[in-house]
Amino acid sequence: MSGHDLWTVATVLGLTAVTVLTRAFFFLSNRDGTLPPWADRGLRYAPVAAVAAVIVPEIVTTQGQLITTWMDARPIAALAAAAWYGWRRGVLGTIIVGMAVYLPLHVALGW
Amino acid sequence: MSLPPSFLQSRLAKLSRLAAHPEFAIGLREMLTVAPGIGAWGVMTGVAMVESGMNLVAVLLMAVLVFAGSSQLAALPLLSGGAPMWVVLATGFCVNLRFIVFSAHLRPYVRHQSRLRRLMSGYLFADINYVFFTRRFPTPATERDAILAQDAYWVGSGVCGWAVWSLTGLVGVGLGSSVPRSWGLGFAAILALLAITGSLITSRLQLLSATVAGVVAIVAYALPLKLNILVAIGVAVLACLVSESRSVRR
Repeated sequence: MSGHDLWTVATVLGLTAVTVLTRAFFFLSNRDGTLPPWADRGLRYAPVAAVAAVIVPEIVTTQGQLITTWMDARPIAALAAAAWYGWRRGVLGTIIVGMAVYLPLHVALGW
Repeated sequence: MSLPPSFLQSRLAKLSRLAAHPEFAIGLREMLTVAPGIGAWGVMTGVAMVESGMNLVAVLLMAVLVFAGSSQLAALPLLSGGAPMWVVLATGFCVNLRFIVFSAHLRPYVRHQSRLRRLMSGYLFADINYVFFTRRFPTPATERDAILAQDAYWVGSGVCGWAVWSLTGLVGVGLGSSVPRSWGLGFAAILALLAITGSLITSRLQLLSATVAGVVAIVAYALPLKLNILVAIGVAVLACLVSESRSVRR
């Protein structure tokens, strides 16, 4: 392996350490601090916020710009998937229905 | 470096006891319901890693070790552009900042574990694990049996997510460019998260949180390093706290 390859491998190992460091950030200390009550309450709203923050831009924007055409496969597929979820609740079904709408529109029509 | 055999034995005994617990299978099965979404995202990430031109050893290590999709994807252009190592690592850190918030939330659930074990627990828990775990266990257990159940669920969920991510990443590495990126298979991951969002919206305030976060994530999209996600979480949580205290006062 060349020096550059070794450098890349070392960086990948470093990224692994970053994964551990960030995911276990507040696990590192042995001291058991407790969060203030408002933070404790507030964190209950964090999971849904995190997921929504990831998906909403991916569905209705292109690189952060709101899409201006209805000929985009993503919002249409997301609506179909959401309708399925509202009706049947399954995650797998939501993925299948969404992709069944998305792939033909996106791959065949280029939406 | 050699560890006393008793150390390894006690670890393995502990692990097999957790794996035999019914909550282990429940955690594993819940992750399997989103496996198609994680898997499609994993395959696309594997393809992207090969196409970035990294050497194969680095590609394989990244596929099985880094276990954080968005930081992997953020690192690729930097690595092929020859950016300094600290820039790549700092970028990964910022993209992962949301995990720090999750770890603050999860801290009480792992307080009984050793530090090494806590690091392992943290490593195993990505976004979806965190969401499913806090949905199933809204409050940290205090008695022995309940703690064991939470630990078992944690390991089952974490190992399953890691296995699905690594295996599908390797599949993507094997497929290489025979899966055109223009197909957008990664959208399956968004659909999986969409269903998860639905399952989390159990109250008016949870709906408020999701709505605020979605809007803020778009408004703040121009921020570098996906910091819009972090800002969105912060504003949404704040909005819910304010709205909560108002309705209490009324």
